[in-house]
Amino acid sequence: MQQLPNSSRRQFLGLAGGAAVLGALPVVIVRPAEATPAMLASAIQNVTGGAAVQSGKVKLDIPPLVENGNTVPMTVTVAHPMAPEDHVRSIHVFNEKNPQPNIANFHLSPHNGRAQVSTRIRLADSQKIVAIAKLSDGSFWSASVDVVVTLAACTEEVI
Amino acid sequence: MTSALINVPAKAKRGDIIEIKTLMSHIMETGYRHKASGEVVPRNIITGFTCRFNGNEIFRTDLFPAIAANPFITFFTTATESGKFEFEWTGDQGFSETASASISVE
Repeated sequence: MQQLPNSSRRQFLGLAGGAAVLGALPVVIVRPAEATPAMLASAIQNVTGGAAVQSGKVKLDIPPLVENGNTVPMTVTVAHPMAPEDHVRSIHVFNEKNPQPNIANFHLSPHNGRAQVSTRIRLADSQKIVAIAKLSDGSFWSASVDVVVTLAACTEEVI
Repeated sequence: MTSALINVPAKAKRGDIIEIKTLMSHIMETGYRHKASGEVVPRNIITGFTCRFNGNEIFRTDLFPAIAANPFITFFTTATESGKFEFEWTGDQGFSETASASISVE
């Protein structure tokens, strides 16, 4: 007689588990491949105005492992000609976990000849850095890099 | 006397793509730090950098607190004619600095 309650319990758990999996599945599908905090997404939305961002063309050079987040060298290169009729109009760099999602906007012109900029940035935590390039034809291209930071910047106490 | 370091080649051939390196001495206080007593240290950053060549803007940058202290910015430009590069940094608390460099193009 003990068999029956046990098996029905097992059936019930099996069904519950199945339902949970079914319930969780749409959530997994809705999320993008890399989960991005809302702030980063809205900062990118501000720049692109909702236009599709394609991956490619942009190369983001940044060390994958950073000891000190106060000074992190970064270079963005866009593999695109800088002709007057077809050039890179701007490069925007964003982060995921600093207090502000923006890092810098670079406005270029055909006079630059090469779409490459370098600077040094601060990182408050291990996070994803995203660079987006806007071309003169209105298309957007991006690249992202995950950076591990061992000593964080930005919010330390002043002594 | 300006607190900027500029690296522009003195000479270039016409059509060469040259690199311009700029370094401005500035604390770039983020506005997110606290003193030991708990009060917030007010933000003091450079918010904009512009480069003009013979009066025409060729490169401009908007900066945010995520830029490291002493902002270092490099970019490229095509040498088309001899002339003068003018650099301008502007920021919080009325910060404004300029620098210039000349190039002779053959």
